[in-house]
Amino acid sequence: MRNDIILRVIAKIFVPFMLVFALYVQFHGDFGPGGGFQAGVIAAAAIVFYALIFGLDAGHRLAPEWIVEKMIAAGVLVYAGTGFAGIFLGGNYLDYFVLGADPVSGQHRGIFWVEAGVALTVSGVMLKLFYMFTGRGREPEDA
Amino acid sequence: MAVTVFAMALQRNLFSAVVLFGLYSFFMATVLVALDAVDVAMTEAAVGAGVSTVLLLGALYLVGGTEAKPLHRPLIPLTLAIAVGVVLAYGMQGLPAFSDAQAPIHTHVAPRYLQESMKETGVPNVVTAVLASYRGYDTLGETVVVFTAGAGVIALLRRRRKDAK
Repeated sequence: MRNDIILRVIAKIFVPFMLVFALYVQFHGDFGPGGGFQAGVIAAAAIVFYALIFGLDAGHRLAPEWIVEKMIAAGVLVYAGTGFAGIFLGGNYLDYFVLGADPVSGQHRGIFWVEAGVALTVSGVMLKLFYMFTGRGREPEDA
Repeated sequence: MAVTVFAMALQRNLFSAVVLFGLYSFFMATVLVALDAVDVAMTEAAVGAGVSTVLLLGALYLVGGTEAKPLHRPLIPLTLAIAVGVVLAYGMQGLPAFSDAQAPIHTHVAPRYLQESMKETGVPNVVTAVLASYRGYDTLGETVVVFTAGAGVIALLRRRRKDAK
């Protein structure tokens, strides 16, 4: 599909918007529909789209595989770390009230980090699955 | 949607089955929007119709496009599916009516979430407040499940690649 000019131009135009929309869904999840899971999936879909049009190597350049792998684990760690931050600041596990100056801003901060963790893990796993599936056909001869 | 499902089941060409599956996901997302579950609808559209269609097409590229002839007659699975469907339909008779405000699910914790979550968390979207704050442990568990699934796939597919070398 790399040689189709219409697909290339449309992908070039759309991918930035998809990534920005993912960020919007991530940070606007407090006020409108959305949140970490949706944002992670949309970001992953944008990169999958890019890799479909411009080839797997371009996708790897945009989101290198080692970063994607680190993202999978980092998301869970961020989520669990938010819980431990609650303990260290004198609350219970995953207790956000102690994270800010007053309970409401603490809740905001806690939800923000938790959603960030979810988004990291989800988009990491989606991208990694895509890379693994598409990478399978790459070295067929040496089996 | 029912037409899509029947077409999918009768389809021998796996490629069209995958495309129909994506179509079904979009229908499902529309239904979820109609039910005011916009968060779930976004997920369904992005995962069900987008990413999983791409993954299935990637798998099709590896295994080829036509379904193998079934080894057995489909009578026993068909009977089982119909029996389970009948049991489920029977169970649905006991559910409260659709959008019944007095249903048990709406009288337990839901009113408290709806009335207090703005005061307690300052987050206008109740779905986000429940998901990330009140049900923080559940969401942590879900994230770990997604992590485990990814790790499992990595473990499965990567070893195969090493063998090949």
